[in-house]
Amino acid sequence: MLVKELQEHGFEALSLPDGDREIDGVYIGDLLSWVMGRAQMDNAWITIMTNVNVIAVASLADTSCVILAEGVDMPEDLIETAKQKEINVLRSDQPIYETAVQLSKLVS
Amino acid sequence: MSEPLIFHFDVDGENFASAGQASTQVKKNLRQLGVPAATIRRVSIAMYEGEINMVIHANGGTADVIVSEDYIEIILADKGPGIPNIEQAMQEGFSTATDQIRSLGFGAGMGLPNMKRYTDTMEIDTMVGVGTTITMYVYL
Repeated sequence: MLVKELQEHGFEALSLPDGDREIDGVYIGDLLSWVMGRAQMDNAWITIMTNVNVIAVASLADTSCVILAEGVDMPEDLIETAKQKEINVLRSDQPIYETAVQLSKLVS
Repeated sequence: MSEPLIFHFDVDGENFASAGQASTQVKKNLRQLGVPAATIRRVSIAMYEGEINMVIHANGGTADVIVSEDYIEIILADKGPGIPNIEQAMQEGFSTATDQIRSLGFGAGMGLPNMKRYTDTMEIDTMVGVGTTITMYVYL
């Protein structure tokens, strides 16, 4: 499934410069080094972290998108940074587990 | 590519938010050179972990990346406190980072293990009170 198609399933796009990117698998985590060590390229990455390092990790680990769960807010300047660095960021109001369950149905 | 390309960066020790600038630039440079995406990912992550370590522990340092026909060499050098026990520092989960660093999502004790995981060779040259130099190779 393409990242932009998440919008049809209740995910709000905060930054979508590369919406045609294919999602391959899902990874969940808030410890950034853990994510860099374990997430695979093209994974959708679910987290509740919203600092600037999240953008860097998503870029370097080459995940297809960041999904902010639990409806957490990302500061406007970080959303701008995400757009500049061509990082897709979406948001779900659902808790992490429910977000993962929903993605599991969509991505598999 | 006949002559190796050398990229040099100063890593700012004061600015945690800007950590990753050097690795992001290297990622761009390698992409322009046509290096495969999976290799770029390995180099970028290893280098970013090194940058973060220099910001957290060593008040910054320098990063040099040498791209030759057969390999990419990454040299990270700092004048920080040094690593007293490398074996311990290499264990996944061991960290001396502060709570403030942890609140940013770092300090999981995965930095050095990730650098080793994503490179073909990694050598740590460190002396307590003098500094640390880490040299990593990724073969092309």
